[in-house]
Amino acid sequence: MEVIISTTQLLTTDGIPLKQSLKKAERKNKIRAFLLVFPLLLFIFVTFVMPIGDMLLRSVDDAQINTVFPKTFEEFNKWDREKDKLPPEVVYRTLFEELATGEKIQIGRALTRMNYSKSGWKSLIKKTSREIKKMTRKGMVPESYKETLIEINKDWGDPTFWYSMSQMVNKQTPIYYWNAIDRTYDQDQNVIMQDEKRRIYVQTWFKTLKVSVYVTFFCLILGFPVAHLLANLPLRYSNLLMIFVLLPFWTSLLVRTTAWIVMLQQKGVINGVLVWLGVLSDDGRLQMVYNETGTLIAMTQILLPFMILPLYSVMKVIPKSHMRAAQNLGAKPALAFWKVYLPQTIPGMSAGGLLVFVLAIGYFITPELVGGKDGKLIGSWIAFHLKTTLNWGLCAALGAILLAVMLVFYWLYNKIVGIDNIKLG
Amino acid sequence: MNFESEKTFVKFEKIDKSYDGEVLVVKNLNLDIAKGEFVTMLGPSGSGKTTTLMMLAGFETPTNGEIFLDGMPISKIPPYEREIGMVFQNYALFPHMTVQENLAFPLEVRKLSKEETKEKVQKALDMVELGDFGTRFPAQLSGGQQQRVALARALVFEPRLVLMDEPLGALDKNLREQMQYEIKHIHDRIGITVVYVTHDQSEALTMSNRIAVFNDGVVQQLSTPDILYEKPENSFVAQFIGENNRMSGTIKSMENNYCSVELEKGAGIVKALKVNVGGVGDKTQLSVRPERVSLGSDGSGENVFTGKVEELIYLGDHIRVRLDVCGNNEFIVKVPNEGSFNYNEGDSIKLNWNPDDIRALDPLN
Repeated sequence: MEVIISTTQLLTTDGIPLKQSLKKAERKNKIRAFLLVFPLLLFIFVTFVMPIGDMLLRSVDDAQINTVFPKTFEEFNKWDREKDKLPPEVVYRTLFEELATGEKIQIGRALTRMNYSKSGWKSLIKKTSREIKKMTRKGMVPESYKETLIEINKDWGDPTFWYSMSQMVNKQTPIYYWNAIDRTYDQDQNVIMQDEKRRIYVQTWFKTLKVSVYVTFFCLILGFPVAHLLANLPLRYSNLLMIFVLLPFWTSLLVRTTAWIVMLQQKGVINGVLVWLGVLSDDGRLQMVYNETGTLIAMTQILLPFMILPLYSVMKVIPKSHMRAAQNLGAKPALAFWKVYLPQTIPGMSAGGLLVFVLAIGYFITPELVGGKDGKLIGSWIAFHLKTTLNWGLCAALGAILLAVMLVFYWLYNKIVGIDNIKLG
Repeated sequence: MNFESEKTFVKFEKIDKSYDGEVLVVKNLNLDIAKGEFVTMLGPSGSGKTTTLMMLAGFETPTNGEIFLDGMPISKIPPYEREIGMVFQNYALFPHMTVQENLAFPLEVRKLSKEETKEKVQKALDMVELGDFGTRFPAQLSGGQQQRVALARALVFEPRLVLMDEPLGALDKNLREQMQYEIKHIHDRIGITVVYVTHDQSEALTMSNRIAVFNDGVVQQLSTPDILYEKPENSFVAQFIGENNRMSGTIKSMENNYCSVELEKGAGIVKALKVNVGGVGDKTQLSVRPERVSLGSDGSGENVFTGKVEELIYLGDHIRVRLDVCGNNEFIVKVPNEGSFNYNEGDSIKLNWNPDDIRALDPLN
């Protein structure tokens, strides 16, 4: 009897190639699986991928101003700075025309953008616009646009204003990123430090990192024994303790934060008790809120459950016999803990640590409320620019940097601990 | 080996243990273990055997009494200074360390040199036939292999004594039997004293030099496996170890080593060996092993009864016959399969047993 063994392709009983047949059989399942997850995919795309993409685009976007002064910028690019101190007449003319005919709202937006590059632009153009409007109403056409404008405001003769315009002519700009780390451009397009009094972000970045690291550290120190207790107490006690741990989750963040203000302020509960006990004199009350201390205390308390729960879930499954075995093998309790127990809690510590750190680095409400002036973190500045100054480009840049910092920490974490070592529950 | 004559190595003296101050889980325990002996504590769960082991290891403190190891009281010595090896129920291998690191742990704690540690670890691994598995993690080993690593780790630092707390409980039946022999062989080879805890009587019988049968916090009987099986001293031991046929009755008379017992419901009078009974008129429980009953008696001699065959179970090497005899329809007799057994269910059959094989014990409540 002859046995044919095909090394290239296996066939089914009906003679169809096996792989093709298998694919066909599994296609239905694959389609069904995809349809089941499709709503979630869509949801994630719309609520997560798109906003982040939009934010990243916005952080470098500089197109709006180009739509307001297209011709001016075109002529501006032809200006040879080596030859002429000021731009040629045609630049003044196109600017004059575009201010005369442009939409007021669009110009207003562009002015805000112009002011980021050099303060003074806004008032300069506003005043000029008013004069231009008057002239056009009277039907006046200037002989020399350059001289007319300089006459309206002598700043038109100041080349530094014109120099700053060269930052705006591209449709993409890194200026928000430079701003986000206290840098700006000088008149020759070199990156320089901001004025001394306007440097706020670098120190805020470092403060945010410092506070996040401290909060993570304090959460670990405070959370570890609690998690251990939770994992080892008899069920009826551990249930009660678990409720205390979870209680903050069920209370509004705002309520908890304001409760800390009540506790920590100078006429507050803690100071009151300390004065009553005679530990502090009445005029020596501690400043524990509206500063970094307050931020640290309140954030640690609020983020503590995020450390305790992953730790607890890891500790729960470490058999008690391990500590006994280590002691039985001759290790003193402290050594047994260090060598046998602690290494087994690393997945919990790292999960909790990463969770607390990531939450802390972007925290907003608590530092905003209890942080006062020097307890503010980067999140507060993002909110400030989002709501008050409407500098969304800077917001997006700050947010993108925040995202990048988190990714760097994630990468470091993966390198050091390994992401497969994480355990959240 | 005869351990009775040797010097006591481990001594439990009047040990009481209570967790809550209301219930004693171990009551007045007195137990001597000789050097090199393999002693098993056997009993149902909750009988106090594991507690006793934990007191020896130092994880529980006796409420009363003292434990001596090599003549020294050890109650004040913490577990990490007792030099007692232990195999835990679920092995308690450290999952974040390789097999080698697990084995090296007790040696590193004792600050042995690197070379010496390596050498001893390899020797211990070879002993349990896992020489090539040193670099694996416990999770990469099968249950039986983990068991052996746990055994090697308990022995690698040359402890004075090894304790084993139901070490084979998590293994399947075949592997368990194989490991029983392996542990026994290792014990024979290195001659270390072993205190073993189990609830599995066949495990205890296979491995031990002596067995302490625990029930209700009390050692019911401490003896070699054969004596425990053949000469149980009370009803609990007779019932717990091996199979036995039980009958209750009242003592009618006593002479020398024997007594006559009238069975309940007037089912007859049995002559039995007097082991653990009160006086005439007291209740007693009779116990006879299924393999000590012979069927098809000619009707002469003592303890001859007639029973009805209720059920036959064919087990290859022997036939298990369930009889209704003396008012007990759960009476089991094991008949060796010699080809001569030709009764059917429902048949009447004569049976008898030697008075030396039926033991009159304390009544069960």
